[in-house]
Amino acid sequence: MSVRVALHSPTGSRSFLERGLLLLVMLIFLEGTVLTLGAASSPDISAQDNTGGGHDRRDDHRGIAGSHEQTNYTYTKKAFPVLSLDYHHIQVPFEISLWVLLASLMKLGFHLIPRLSGIVPESCLLIVVGLLVGGLIKLAGEEVPPVLDSNLFFLCLLPPIILDAGYFLPIRPFMENIGTILMFAVVGTLWNAFFVGGLLYAVCQIEGTYLSQVELLPCLLFGSIISAVDPVAVLAVFEEIHINELLHILVFGESLLNDAVTVVLYHLFEEYSGAGEVTPMDVVLGVICFLIVSLGGIAVGAIYGILAAFTSRFTSHTRVIEPLFVFVYSYMAYLSAEMFHLSGIMALIACGAVMRPYVEANISHKSHTTVKYFLKMWSSVSETLIFIFLGVATVAGPHAWNWTFVSVTVILCLVSRVIGVVGLTFIINKFRIVKLTTKDQFIVAYGGLRGAIAFSLGYLLNKDHFPMRTMFLTAIITEIFFTVFVQGMTIKPLVDLLAVKKKQEAKRSINEEIHTQFLDHLLTGIEDICGHYGHHHWKDKLNRFNKKYIKKCLIAGERYKEPQLIAFYHKMEFKQAIELVESGGGVKLPSAMPSQVSMQNIQPKKLPPAVAERALPQFTKGREEEIRKILRSNLQKTRQRLRSYNRHTLVADPFEDGWNDFLLKKQRMIELEKKMTEMSNYLTVPAAPPDSPTMCRARLASGDDFKAEKAGAKVIPDPNAFYNIKASSEGVPTIQVDLASPQSPDSVNMLNEFSKRGAKDQGLGQREVATRDEDQGLMMKPSSAGKEEKGEEEGGNKNPGLMRCLSDPGPSNEDEEDEPFLP
Amino acid sequence: MGSTNSTLSKIPNVEELMEETGFTPAHIVRLYDRFEALDKEKTGHLRPQDFGAINRLAMNPIGDRIIGAFFSPGQETVDFHSFVRILAHFRPADKKHPKDPSMPEPVNSRTSKLKFAFQLYDQDKDGKISRAELLQVLRSMLEMQVTEEQLESIADRTIQEADLDNDDAISFEEFRKVPLGRARRLTYQHGPLQHSAPRILSQPHRK
Repeated sequence: MSVRVALHSPTGSRSFLERGLLLLVMLIFLEGTVLTLGAASSPDISAQDNTGGGHDRRDDHRGIAGSHEQTNYTYTKKAFPVLSLDYHHIQVPFEISLWVLLASLMKLGFHLIPRLSGIVPESCLLIVVGLLVGGLIKLAGEEVPPVLDSNLFFLCLLPPIILDAGYFLPIRPFMENIGTILMFAVVGTLWNAFFVGGLLYAVCQIEGTYLSQVELLPCLLFGSIISAVDPVAVLAVFEEIHINELLHILVFGESLLNDAVTVVLYHLFEEYSGAGEVTPMDVVLGVICFLIVSLGGIAVGAIYGILAAFTSRFTSHTRVIEPLFVFVYSYMAYLSAEMFHLSGIMALIACGAVMRPYVEANISHKSHTTVKYFLKMWSSVSETLIFIFLGVATVAGPHAWNWTFVSVTVILCLVSRVIGVVGLTFIINKFRIVKLTTKDQFIVAYGGLRGAIAFSLGYLLNKDHFPMRTMFLTAIITEIFFTVFVQGMTIKPLVDLLAVKKKQEAKRSINEEIHTQFLDHLLTGIEDICGHYGHHHWKDKLNRFNKKYIKKCLIAGERYKEPQLIAFYHKMEFKQAIELVESGGGVKLPSAMPSQVSMQNIQPKKLPPAVAERALPQFTKGREEEIRKILRSNLQKTRQRLRSYNRHTLVADPFEDGWNDFLLKKQRMIELEKKMTEMSNYLTVPAAPPDSPTMCRARLASGDDFKAEKAGAKVIPDPNAFYNIKASSEGVPTIQVDLASPQSPDSVNMLNEFSKRGAKDQGLGQREVATRDEDQGLMMKPSSAGKEEKGEEEGGNKNPGLMRCLSDPGPSNEDEEDEPFLP
Repeated sequence: MGSTNSTLSKIPNVEELMEETGFTPAHIVRLYDRFEALDKEKTGHLRPQDFGAINRLAMNPIGDRIIGAFFSPGQETVDFHSFVRILAHFRPADKKHPKDPSMPEPVNSRTSKLKFAFQLYDQDKDGKISRAELLQVLRSMLEMQVTEEQLESIADRTIQEADLDNDDAISFEEFRKVPLGRARRLTYQHGPLQHSAPRILSQPHRK
């Protein structure tokens, strides 16, 4: 998380006090506005009323030129108000912004406090903040606003989180485990609802609990509300306990898919708790309703997803609004599903998952990045707000605390969850190849957190039908607090505790580390060859159908054919890059750069066997640790299967990762090449860079590669890649063309303009580059730079189609689309 | 599966193949489907490009080595039988049948699995992983995230650690011993090769 790091360093020296002060000031500020809202607003309004009517206030802001009559009026009354206060005018948006600001600052603040985020999950802290804010508002004698209103929650706060989850849903593990997930989501939730509801009813009937007025159906309704695992809470906590993908997808998938069950149960029980009677017919209808709600939700989502994909086909000329389609269509899907009381969550997920592959192929890289960032931003702000609001709503009350009811609820939830998970796993494991271990079961059971969805559903209950609504809400809040605080805070240490056993295995040797990784890669490769989906016959057919027809319709131009081409070309390039590096770097002359490290390594090699024996311990402990660390951190990275999903950092997908690495290699190649050209141009090179002689050999050895190299040079304009390159190539004295700098797209554009006109001769290109050099003062020899640019140019001309697919999926040269983004 | 038999009848010498590789008919059918899917031009042979078209494999740092393993030297294509024979290396080792000493080493034994992996390292087929070969592997696996010096020192360290006869290379015997050393011996037998193989050849779910 680069942001976090960036923020960390400057504030590292700051004292705790200062940070605490910041938070406090924020709180006071917020409270202050609430105060002014109440106390200061009334005189304010009257003052305004003197000057004009209610609607005239707006005119004040627009200026005097508003209406003639009014100007006259004010003019005769009193002097033109130079400064006036009109809080009401901006109250609602201002308060919304204030809440969002508070949420963001809180989030920011937590990450500034070292180690805090390691101990307490963010969600807990946010709830505490919410409690504090609510308390302050209450202390100030104000009415606590009903912040966690059900409408607000379901229509504004929840969708971004779910869309984020759906859009970035790891489809592959999700589909691989769909059976298990459905089992937990449907059967598990049903079980929880009836177990908790039924037993609660039984407890309520016990004398002396003062709960005898609670009937069975409200109990079951309560059970169905409380039994659903909450995606928001799960995401918030699981994100921090970097758990492996399988467990994550199990719990998270369950929390998403149980929505349909909850919706149906909720409506069913709500409907009949008034009427009373439930006939077998109603049960059948309930089942049908469940199917309609879930499948209907998926269908609505899929339709909107396809629409979005289709729309994005035509956005090539208006790149700026591309991301908007993703959001709007998804939101429409959600709203449409909600309109029919279908599962909006499932609609959103289906929509996100369906549109993603096509939209990604159609929209430009920049739009894609925008989509990613917006989704992440919205979802994390929503999530923060939800937790803060949960805290505020707790303070807002009203509460009806009943010890028996609350404690029984908490206990029953825990018990039913454990029984449900263990029982279901027992059945599921019979069908699974990769069994769920006891540890897995524990985490699945313990990770079943409840959250704001339950609260909002409870909040929706009609007070007339459910006189015990307040008690329900109190119990729901307690259960949420219990799961989020107790389970959320202890799950991490528990996971660590369980994982410790794994880590305590004897230290692996470096050989093991490498070979295990190698074998992992080998297996992944073989798996890919065997085709993971091969057994899913329908899946193959779907894929073929997709390739044949759907892609044609939904992906613009000829691009629907390209992915495989890209992959293959990419691979070939990759291979060549590696070959070139190998032939260049592998035969490195030991004397060229006698750094300490290489000395250390070369020495023992040349010593006689006996000495080599002794030389081994020369690797200091620290050195060995260092190697091991490098290996671990870097090797681990390539292990895609266990990559944990993180919500607030953008985890690039494997393909993208590879792509960046590829770009990196490419860049290195280009640098080598540049040095070579430089050398051949200026035969007297003052200080030969260590790699140069071997590079020459590489150049000779791979004459053919050279052209391909150049063709690929076009791929550069990825700012991230550039960042990496710079970092990695620090040690090498090289020339860097920073295409990511603001001016350069222009110059490249110019080059492209030239190339379009067919002006291919080198002189022109050189001149162009020379001008650019003067402008930017780049430390670069014109001729070498010219060569490089020329390479790009040639590449661009030689095979525009290929270039396009390799660089940006934009329809034309990607540089053109820079324009809207330029200041 | 009703189509099992019809598919099987399309494959010549399927009995021998099953006998040789130990795959069940279902496995064979599944592999055959996959083979056909990969074989875009329906020639009955796979070329390196066909493998290269597998997206994820193209991203695999040792993908080209894996592809290379399917093609015997000088051959440009691989037919279904060889394809299956190669994949047979990854079938889980039969635990139920104790090893018959008179029989030749089965292709899915631990040793031959390791041999397979070893050959992926040993690109020049001299029976040794030289320093350069190790460097190549490391370089592709570490994806340029480390400096050349670090790479080299890792390679040196690796070779020193494994090298028993001080020839500055890792022979198969040495290779065989190293990864299994120390405490991992037991776990390794349930390690990657054995463990994942069922994942490859059967579905994670029967749902």
